[in-house]
Amino acid sequence: MKRYSAFAIAREALRGHIGWERAWRSPEPKAQYDVVIVGAGGHGLATAYYLGKNFGITNVAVLEKGWLGGGNTGRNTTIIRSNYLQDPSAAIYEKARSLYETLSQELNYNIMFSPRGVLMLAQTEHEVRGYRRTAHANSLQGVKTEFVSPDRVKELCPIISLEGPRYPVLGALWQARAGTARHDAVAWGYARACSDMGMDIIQKCEVTGIRTEGGKVSGVTTTRGDIGCGKLGIVVAGHSGVVAEMAGFRLPIESVALQALVSEPIKPCMDVVVMANTVHGYMSQSDKGEMVIGGGADGFNNYTQRGSFHHVEETVRALVETFPIISRLKMLRQWGGIVDMTGDRSPIISKTPVENCFINCGWGTGGFKAIPGSGWAMAELMAKGASPLADGFEMHRFREGRFVDESVAAGVAH
Amino acid sequence: MLILRCPNCGIDADETELAPGGEAHLRRVGPEASDDAFEGYLFHRENPRGVHFERWRHAAGCGKWFHAARCTQTLEVFGTYSAQVTDPPQDIRDAITARRPGWRWRDIE
Ligand SMILES: Cc1cc2nc3c(=O)[nH]c(=O)nc-3n(C[C@H](O)[C@H](O)[C@H](O)COP(=O)(O)OP(=O)(O)OC[C@H]3O[C@@H](n4cnc5c(N)ncnc54)[C@H](O)[C@@H]3O)c2cc1C
Ligand SMILES: [Zn+2]
Repeated sequence: MKRYSAFAIAREALRGHIGWERAWRSPEPKAQYDVVIVGAGGHGLATAYYLGKNFGITNVAVLEKGWLGGGNTGRNTTIIRSNYLQDPSAAIYEKARSLYETLSQELNYNIMFSPRGVLMLAQTEHEVRGYRRTAHANSLQGVKTEFVSPDRVKELCPIISLEGPRYPVLGALWQARAGTARHDAVAWGYARACSDMGMDIIQKCEVTGIRTEGGKVSGVTTTRGDIGCGKLGIVVAGHSGVVAEMAGFRLPIESVALQALVSEPIKPCMDVVVMANTVHGYMSQSDKGEMVIGGGADGFNNYTQRGSFHHVEETVRALVETFPIISRLKMLRQWGGIVDMTGDRSPIISKTPVENCFINCGWGTGGFKAIPGSGWAMAELMAKGASPLADGFEMHRFREGRFVDESVAAGVAH
Repeated sequence: MLILRCPNCGIDADETELAPGGEAHLRRVGPEASDDAFEGYLFHRENPRGVHFERWRHAAGCGKWFHAARCTQTLEVFGTYSAQVTDPPQDIRDAITARRPGWRWRDIE
């Protein structure tokens, strides 16, 4: 792999940009791999990357039915934070956030991590108490957050209106080292590094069946032929239920549409991320100047990657109250992704009833922030059979009543 | 925008009038049931890409519950029916078969 550098840019500029290589190879699938990962979203690619980097397992294929990063990884609003409530969540999200800090250097790929800070507004007394509690929990977990006053909120985000007609801003949970990153670049950077380690990333290859022998996984059937494997990792987000059914087990997951939208680009006016969970809306400004907006998920099962219009309307209505400055902005694009929701709003990183078959799913509306930590944990689980970071996220936690309840901390979709 | 005809009051209700109620025809398992069965009843959910049966409530209308048969892949609605049945009625099954021959949901076909 030719490294990207300032020198490389200068060299290529002088010779008409003829020397750039393809970022990853597109090989034909082989008959057999040590490990097959289904789904080339951020979580699948990160799993493959850490299998290679941390455990030297590189005879790996990542199979993707569409194009790499074309699922939720390329559709999310890129908020990265780790201010969750429960200990297992804090551990994995904080691991992910800290890996994000140096990921550009590690992958030699600019993922544009921008630790600009995230404010989660408290707009009811209940939320004030909730976020104070989260701030205390975070300080015990070693995650730096603080509960800040309305004046501080105004200082951090001058375009905010504190005296909202429905919900005044009573304070906020502030995580200064949270932020955003470029979503596609995260997928592309991992893909390039995986390909460089000799792994095969095979796009337009849909897994249509899972083969087992004596209760053990032996391979997959795909639209590009049968592929054998020693171990299988299912990392397909919204399609987890469909692929789990191929392997013959059920999941506590339902798939629903979550939408986002962006405005026309405007001059820089906001250099933090603001989330308003009570009114179901959040906003940040991209480097291009677009206001990036997201809100609540639909309430019914859906695989169409299109959401309901009234959710967009509700989100925008709430945000116009909080940010009156955006009331005349034109919205440029709107899209949806299919998110995999668990009952406790926490992910599943787990062994499955099929031996050597592992699953990583249930990130729902908030898994972009977790990609490096999740890949790290999943790789360790697949290589060694256990991972401290995955502890607590087993699929059997539901039957045992050991929920990792983040329905409050996750509040709104992000 | 999803539009479902409420079988209780006959109105074509659009989504903003309706509250989704999740998977239809859940069967509560008895006290002697195994842990597996309880886990299935409480937590596991049908999540098909295709034919699906759900409960809905005409929340901002007559306020009553009903059932709907839908396709989650296309958003096509096959029909709605009374909340007071434990299985989809034959006319709904026929309507689905006409559009999706060979469909299957749990052990219903
Ligand atoms: C609108 C929106 C906003 C969001 N905002 C945020 C946010 O601000 N912060 C945050 O942290 N998270 C956010 N999320 C959530 C985040 O996007 C997801 O949790 C995360 O991207 C999931 O990554 P993944 O790799 O698991 O899934 P995906 O990126 O969806 O990848 C799964 C891949 O599997 C492939 N696949 C499926 N079935 C098969 C098959 N049978 N064979 C082969 N391949 C298959 C799919 O094509 C897909 O590419 C948001 C999501 C949405 C939709
Ligand atoms: Zn009605």
